[in-house]
Amino acid sequence: MNTAEIKSLLEKKFPGLEIKIINDGLVLKPEDLPRVAKLLKESPESKLDYLSLITGVDYVEFLESVYHLYSVEKRVGPVVLKVRVPRTSPKIPSLVPLYRGAEFQEREAYDMMGIVYEGHPDLRRIFMWEGFEGFPLRKDYVPEDEDVLEWEDVEWLERHGVKVPEEYKAFAQQLKAAGKEARATRPKPGAEA
Amino acid sequence: MALAQNRSTVDDGLKSELRKKGIVVTTIQELYNWGRRSSIWPLQFGLACCAIEMIATACARFDIARFGAELFRGSPRQADMMIVAGTVTKKMAPQIVRLYNQMPEPKYVITMGACSIAGGPFIDGYNVLKGIDRYIPIDVHLPGCPPRPEALLWGLTQLQKKIDHQEIEKVEWYQKGLKREFPIPEFGPKGLIPKFNPEVWRPETASHRRERYGDPVLLGKKMTAPKFETFGDPQVKVGTV
Repeated sequence: MNTAEIKSLLEKKFPGLEIKIINDGLVLKPEDLPRVAKLLKESPESKLDYLSLITGVDYVEFLESVYHLYSVEKRVGPVVLKVRVPRTSPKIPSLVPLYRGAEFQEREAYDMMGIVYEGHPDLRRIFMWEGFEGFPLRKDYVPEDEDVLEWEDVEWLERHGVKVPEEYKAFAQQLKAAGKEARATRPKPGAEA
Repeated sequence: MALAQNRSTVDDGLKSELRKKGIVVTTIQELYNWGRRSSIWPLQFGLACCAIEMIATACARFDIARFGAELFRGSPRQADMMIVAGTVTKKMAPQIVRLYNQMPEPKYVITMGACSIAGGPFIDGYNVLKGIDRYIPIDVHLPGCPPRPEALLWGLTQLQKKIDHQEIEKVEWYQKGLKREFPIPEFGPKGLIPKFNPEVWRPETASHRRERYGDPVLLGKKMTAPKFETFGDPQVKVGTV
């Protein structure tokens, strides 16, 4: 089965389904994903019973979640499903009830990209620690400047009996007074155009 | 590495002459250092690809046992030296500092590879510590990506040289008030707290890297993605095996 055949199969089963082929992938609406995946997994024509991987992509204008499906029995794959969601509210139905292997993959995409998989049994960070803020693989994430001590660092060090040099302390205080965070200085994208 | 003068008052030529006659002349310090440098027990742990080179160094072809450092210990309480072999992620850094604190004196650290020295190829990343020397003192920095086993052996002999030049009366672990335990960093909302320990390490005042290579570019010139819909042939067959 190729992508066009799968598309015609889906259109036959679900009349009125919005679906588009872009670059070998089937682009779906988020709300259609569970029923499409269920059909592809269970229908005897496709039998795509193995979810190989879930990838999060940041296209700046939107976020995308890519699913690679294989059929072990028919030796077919990968069939690529893509779901695009706006950056402001990236919500996609979870595939964990259908494919158990999606659990860690969805947690990873959530951790790195901030895509929220609704219906996931245990959606929390998997690589970064609890309490980490931000989604580090998004294009607009700027890491901290690790050569500058901030006020919480100074407080922490003094609490643990480490003497902090005056110039670092003064700079940290300045940053705190200005309400700034020490982030890695990089040219702003689009600034030089 | 600043090495202290070895204070042997016996002439080296005379010593070797006596050695030929079957008389060994030595000092307590020499004997002590000889014993210590010939049985450095490393702590057994590896973090990334450098660990593979470390394992190769311990195997028969390169054979770190020739230098007396073959007894890799599973417990920091029994180890003299720590080889930080590989990428230190921010999640791993507290554990490394903890292991260092648990090692008995005298203790030595070799950082193996570009990552553990300064972050290596991951220096612009969000998850890799930019050098373990931010939290603990380092004796030998061993550059390479990864360093070959010969390089690790060279680093070990450098450490042996350092040990040979230490004086018993002056070494810090016999002095009062030695503080060689360092606070273990904690996870914060943006990274580790603190970012470094100013007693151990301080940032350079000028960024040589930026002077040489400029700033890293995040996303090319524009903050917009191309229209992917127009790319490629939509009729490409996929999935037929």
